[in-house]
Amino acid sequence: MDWVYLIEVLVGGLMSGVMYSLVAIGFVLIYKSSGIFNFAQGTMLLFASLTFVKMTENGIDFWTSLFIAAGIMVIFGIATERYVIRPLANQDLLALFMATVGLATFQEGFSQFVWDSDVHGLQMSKFLDIGLLDPAPIFMSDHIPWLDILIPKFDIFASLVAGSLIVVLAFFFQKTKTGLSLRAVSDDHMAAMAVGIPLQTVWAVVWAVTGVIALVAGLLWAERVSVSFTLIEAVMKALPVILIGGLTSIPGAIVGGLVIGVGEKLGEIYLADVFGGQGIELWFAYFMALIFLIFRPQGMFGEKLIERV
Amino acid sequence: MIYRETGNFVTNYFKDREIFPLKFDKIIVILGLLVLYLYVPTTSEYTLSAHVVPILAVGLATVGLNILTGLTGQLSLGTAGFMCVGAFSTYNLMLRIPENFMSLPVALLFSGIFAGLVGVIFGLPAIRIKGFYLLVSTLAAQYFVWWFFNSYAWFLNYESSGVVAIPPKMYDYWGLGNLLGIDMQGYPARYVLALTVCLALTYFAKNLLRSNTGRNFMSVRDRDIAASVMGISVPRTKLLAFFVSCFYCGVAGGLYSFCYIGNVDLMIYEIDRSFTILFMLIIGGLGSISGSWLGAIFVYEFPIVFTWIGDTIFQGAFNTAVVENVSNMVYGIFIIALLIREPGGFAALWATTKQKLRMWPYPH
Repeated sequence: MDWVYLIEVLVGGLMSGVMYSLVAIGFVLIYKSSGIFNFAQGTMLLFASLTFVKMTENGIDFWTSLFIAAGIMVIFGIATERYVIRPLANQDLLALFMATVGLATFQEGFSQFVWDSDVHGLQMSKFLDIGLLDPAPIFMSDHIPWLDILIPKFDIFASLVAGSLIVVLAFFFQKTKTGLSLRAVSDDHMAAMAVGIPLQTVWAVVWAVTGVIALVAGLLWAERVSVSFTLIEAVMKALPVILIGGLTSIPGAIVGGLVIGVGEKLGEIYLADVFGGQGIELWFAYFMALIFLIFRPQGMFGEKLIERV
Repeated sequence: MIYRETGNFVTNYFKDREIFPLKFDKIIVILGLLVLYLYVPTTSEYTLSAHVVPILAVGLATVGLNILTGLTGQLSLGTAGFMCVGAFSTYNLMLRIPENFMSLPVALLFSGIFAGLVGVIFGLPAIRIKGFYLLVSTLAAQYFVWWFFNSYAWFLNYESSGVVAIPPKMYDYWGLGNLLGIDMQGYPARYVLALTVCLALTYFAKNLLRSNTGRNFMSVRDRDIAASVMGISVPRTKLLAFFVSCFYCGVAGGLYSFCYIGNVDLMIYEIDRSFTILFMLIIGGLGSISGSWLGAIFVYEFPIVFTWIGDTIFQGAFNTAVVENVSNMVYGIFIIALLIREPGGFAALWATTKQKLRMWPYPH
């Protein structure tokens, strides 16, 4: 086995794992705070990045567009809480899940109705003068002679953005008052309400934050793929990630993303021949998650289920 | 009022178990059957092919999903995958086994069993995994099945286009075509086959709901630990639910390919269809068989009616993409509104209406 090649595969897997994690974090935030399995995450990605791209195409500069898109996502998140989640509070979890699928359908129509359904490319290097956005990859052999692999610079940029996002989130959760109430709500709704934490405000904050995360994730995905309908499928890629990591854990989302990313790449290389066909990455992540969950039904970092009658 | 629920005295246990205890209901059902069997086949080919037959197929899949999700509480997103198994195995059974031994209704039955077995395999993790985590198993089923049929061309008889048309002779079962002098490939004949299968399986599902097995399903749904304390084998019940549900989905897939579109095409069994069927179930109402059918009719007809209204009012002033996007928006809003107003779906709405009519004109 050529192990330099193996390292390249591993690095590539880790990088694509970061992309999955970015989508997964949004999921976990909402699930943790309200127990809702938010299927609209993919369309939020689409809506956010489409809004951004259309604005830059119309000549608005990068930072203004970013700011306005973030503002729209915040408003959207608050509106979702007010008009979808609040009236459905205390409903069956399945009903809430379906409501988010309804929300996804609405958003899919809405974003393509307001903007358009074309495929847009996004090249952030046009707006930002950062060396890491240069399309040319890094030749690792220039730095370490024996390591003859390529790393796309953008992947490093994406990982840095993801890393700083996680640091910001961790700070937000651990150090601010809103973060404290968020953690309280995710521990126990009733107890949080009893000590006077406004549940609805907390939910609105969570949806708004998730909207902003969707914008960040959407832009990174868009740079790698493109802004189009296919962004919605990012949500299907993130599902095994959060299930492996545990639905309630942000570190779980990150580790899960990396595990799935690496596993997928390794599977593609070493198992594709066994199954005699291409495209096993379509289902391989789900099988990994499945096997993992059979041994640990609550995921890697998920809360242990204690069941009573 | 003609419709009375009073004065219906049960004198023996057999009468107590009737599905339609009221005389009026019985008349309605018989009249309905007459209409379905005698009038509907004579309507236009367009009505049958574009509205009635597809609704029958997806409605049957909805009933199947209802058994798994509505009755047993195991959320599934693999419906389209199981339908795919049904469609492909029906085709392959018809293709590989000599005509003398195989006919379409029998092939549908066997493909249902195949789909059920595949369902049991993917249902095995349900013994350990619960709630939303189980999604991963059904999604694995969905994607794996799709990939499997996509990768192994043998199942499509090496048809390179990925779509294989169903040869006319496959429709001709039991020599009925010659006997009755009708075109067995025509939509009326296909419709009658689909209708018969759907009625039989709906009847079975309705009875399953009222049987010991159905009550076991429901007790697992409501609280699995309590169910196991009561002496119900939870793994066995869950796997049985997977089998029955996937049996329905498999037969529905066979009907969809054979009776509706007339070819076996992988593209129609993508994940979107699983969601559509889940929508039908939720809108119709979890756990209600008649609700499943109402939901199927509504979800299937909604975009058609919406586009039609849009075309009539605006005379094609907007292009199809705009109409589709607006249709998606309205549909999404409608689903959320319905869930807020009546989480029980159409079945609950119907029950409320019935109760109100019973009380009418007094509100209490």
